[in-house]
Amino acid sequence: MARIAGVDLPKNERVEIGLTRIFGIGRSLSRKILDETGINPDTRVRALRDDEIVKIRSVIDRDYKVEGELRKEISMNIKRLMDIGCYRGIRHRMGLPVRGQRTKTNARTRKGPKKTVVGKKKGGK
Amino acid sequence: MPRSLKKGPYVDPKLMKKVQAMIDTGEKRIIKTWSRRSTIVPEFVGFTFAVHNGMKFIPVYVSENMVGHKLGEFSRTRTFKGHAGSEKTTRVKG
Repeated sequence: MARIAGVDLPKNERVEIGLTRIFGIGRSLSRKILDETGINPDTRVRALRDDEIVKIRSVIDRDYKVEGELRKEISMNIKRLMDIGCYRGIRHRMGLPVRGQRTKTNARTRKGPKKTVVGKKKGGK
Repeated sequence: MPRSLKKGPYVDPKLMKKVQAMIDTGEKRIIKTWSRRSTIVPEFVGFTFAVHNGMKFIPVYVSENMVGHKLGEFSRTRTFKGHAGSEKTTRVKG
């Protein structure tokens, strides 16, 4: 069982895919890491040798922020925006889209499930 | 696409001149400005700007981690007091 950065990688996936289970590593980073360590991306996770696991682990530790550390950085960045009171920070505080998307309709990802208002007319005029 | 690094951050020359004058004389006054598009540069830290929002001037005290943002980001242009009947009608513009 390969345990990297506090995450168990599923045994049956190819390493290239398996590594993406780690928060902060997607397909392209995964490729890069395997390139650097010289591991064939097609090997299954269960077939990884111990020294290969160590290599992967050391590359990730050295070069990339993953999992908790990355999550912390992201939330720190958002907190900074909220603390300085800029427009983006205010949008984060209100739970609305930050990057200028429309909010008349859609924006459900940020706003959460629909809250239906009784007696509200549909459409414009 | 971000602004070319070659040009450096955009700051209204007039505004920059005023700030520079305040630094030179060491006094601190509120600078009224309409230049919402100006980037906040390190020289601005510690000053208060009155940034126009289209209707009135919003005082913005510049702190260190505001550097790199634009002045306009701190002066809201829209008033939204919440929808009628919703509980969260406490939001005021700021």
